[in-house]
Amino acid sequence: MRHILRRRELLTDEWRYLGEEAADTDPLIVPVGQLRTDPLRSQLMRRSGALGARLGPADAVEEVARLAGLLPRLALVALEFPSPGDGRGYSQARLLRGRFAFRGELRAIGAGVRQDQAFLLARCGFDSLEPPPGTDLEAVRRAFSSYNVAYQPGSTQLALRQQRFGPFSGELVSAPGDSPPNGELSPKAP
Amino acid sequence: MYRYDELDQALVDQRVAEFRDQVRRHLAGELSEEEFRPLRLRNGLYIQRHAPMLRIAIPYGLLSSQQLRTLAWITRRYDRGYGHFTTRQNLQLNWPALADVPDILAELARVQMHAIQTSGNCVRNVTADHMAGIAPDEIDDPRPYCEIIRQWATLHPEFTYLPRKFKIAVTGSAEDRAASEVHDIGLQLRRDAHGEIGFSVRVGGGLGRAPVIGQLIREWLPLPELLAYLEAILRVYNLHGRRDNIHKARIKVLVKSLGIERFRTEVEREWQAGHAHAARLSAADLERVRAFFRPHSYEPLADCDPTSGREPAFQAWYRYNTRAHRAPGYRAVLVCLKAHGAVPGDMTAAQMERVADLAERVSFGLVRSTHSQNLLLADVPQRLLHQVWRELAASDLAMPNVGTLTDMIACPGLDFCSLANAGTISVARQIQQRFDDLDYLHDLGEIELKMSGCMNACGHHHVGHIGILGVDKHGEQWYQISLGGSANGFTALGEVIGPSVAQHEVALTLERIVETYRELREEGERFIDTVRRVGISPFRERAYAAHPAAA
Repeated sequence: MRHILRRRELLTDEWRYLGEEAADTDPLIVPVGQLRTDPLRSQLMRRSGALGARLGPADAVEEVARLAGLLPRLALVALEFPSPGDGRGYSQARLLRGRFAFRGELRAIGAGVRQDQAFLLARCGFDSLEPPPGTDLEAVRRAFSSYNVAYQPGSTQLALRQQRFGPFSGELVSAPGDSPPNGELSPKAP
Repeated sequence: MYRYDELDQALVDQRVAEFRDQVRRHLAGELSEEEFRPLRLRNGLYIQRHAPMLRIAIPYGLLSSQQLRTLAWITRRYDRGYGHFTTRQNLQLNWPALADVPDILAELARVQMHAIQTSGNCVRNVTADHMAGIAPDEIDDPRPYCEIIRQWATLHPEFTYLPRKFKIAVTGSAEDRAASEVHDIGLQLRRDAHGEIGFSVRVGGGLGRAPVIGQLIREWLPLPELLAYLEAILRVYNLHGRRDNIHKARIKVLVKSLGIERFRTEVEREWQAGHAHAARLSAADLERVRAFFRPHSYEPLADCDPTSGREPAFQAWYRYNTRAHRAPGYRAVLVCLKAHGAVPGDMTAAQMERVADLAERVSFGLVRSTHSQNLLLADVPQRLLHQVWRELAASDLAMPNVGTLTDMIACPGLDFCSLANAGTISVARQIQQRFDDLDYLHDLGEIELKMSGCMNACGHHHVGHIGILGVDKHGEQWYQISLGGSANGFTALGEVIGPSVAQHEVALTLERIVETYRELREEGERFIDTVRRVGISPFRERAYAAHPAAA
């Protein structure tokens, strides 16, 4: 049984990764490469459970936008942080939340997801964290409160006391609880 | 100068608390050295040859008297009573204890200072021209923009784990005293035909193993777009910069591999597409920060000649260690940290305290650190110069060698740094001893000597008129000499003159080089201009002629 943090809540993960034992109704996370081609894509689309795409740090997030048209049930994107020093996932997250307006669950996974990165991850729009097994999730949860101020525009999920340089228009969305994660992606034309 | 508001103070205080907990976890064995390393680096803490080294940020080199006194107090309480000023205008402590560092950071926070992002693969201290706000040739004061960039870059959620370190400099004058063309991003202030402020933007400059001069990515960037455009550059770099090889991870390698045209296309696309969510520099934010940098209320004074009837020693100091000021009756004074016998850039606690007091009395209570590792009292009335000279001289801070050969830039070298291949302090001493005749130094005139103890080029040897690079040869310390570098308006990389020389021959070789200059120079010609005119061959011939044994 896997534990995750979702918007500061400590939960048992209901998602399964491709390769793990999963019922047809279980939500399933699949490496983005597997969603590119048939027959696997067709098989996955016939499932009744929700789908999630998993991206490595070198994968282009534009691909998720392209997949969204094919996979209306895309409810989660998981971005990998192979080490704390590999910061590509922060930019991928900003792009997904900002330019591609992804409103589903955005999950950070891997060895680079630790309490010392939790605040930055949340600010970039991640609303669920899946640190390596054995991590003290309570400590990670406390780390969301390390700061209550920030200079940069970012996700609205951490209600900060004060912020300075706002965005040109609109905030980074972070899958607010009241809007169902329907997986709709709407790439905004530049 | 900029004063923290509630947000600024809360952020720095919360940073101290976070780091205190990280140090506690490390000392308790909960965070391994490997896990702790990126966290401590982002708080300026290195583990060096003898002890930790703490690099304290001095944003764009500006300090109040109170801050300088606090630094002096910290060096006494937690270190060995001195500090070392760096080419990024920061201050390094060489001997703090790891367990004390959270307390040191808390002391700094009390006077609105920190050590955030002075190291690690993130945006470093933003540097500026030390003559900002007073230079007669200035287009606009770069410091408000530096402060805005400092804030924007501090704990940037997206750009705290970049492929490699990232350095930004802003200059507002025609003469580039901030070496902006050898920065990852160099911003040069411009004013358009309507009087609007903007920047020309260079990207991909840097020294280190493969020195590169930055390339122009945008001729004109309107001021309100500053942060949005920086975000676009940083995002392209963060996503596409190499992470597989530390020596290929700087943005200069990405710019070179894509080519400036394609890199520009990527950045401009990112800038347009990400615009709605990018950081906006509002007129209100801009005005708020600018208000802290308004010109001082100068006394209505007239220019005078303070040297008239004074002793020659004062006249020499006035000529070499003071600079023209925009306001009539005022002068900028360089506090020389290059006295012969001293370590370049080092300053004792007692010296810091005396300069802090002096600044309070004669220069609006402000002190600046310079890229060339001296301090500056920016706004001194000319009628007080003689008194200022006497006080500085009493503290051994008035050696009239600023801008000359012995006003050298030098990294700490092998004596302190665990990356270094060779010592710099003993070589500096050797050079000071051989060139200890002020008349001779003054006759040689303006020469920029820059020395690094290894390829990482913290001493900027590539862009010295004379550059010295320490190398390791079978366990011995040797020194490679280059000529013709410059970072001052006309950026050029120096050319190595030949095989490296043994440590005891460095000063001798320099003497042969400058003697060659004395023979070849035309009336009034500076060293660098002679090198540019005649090339390095005559220097090479003379430098090695007398000791063919050099290998």
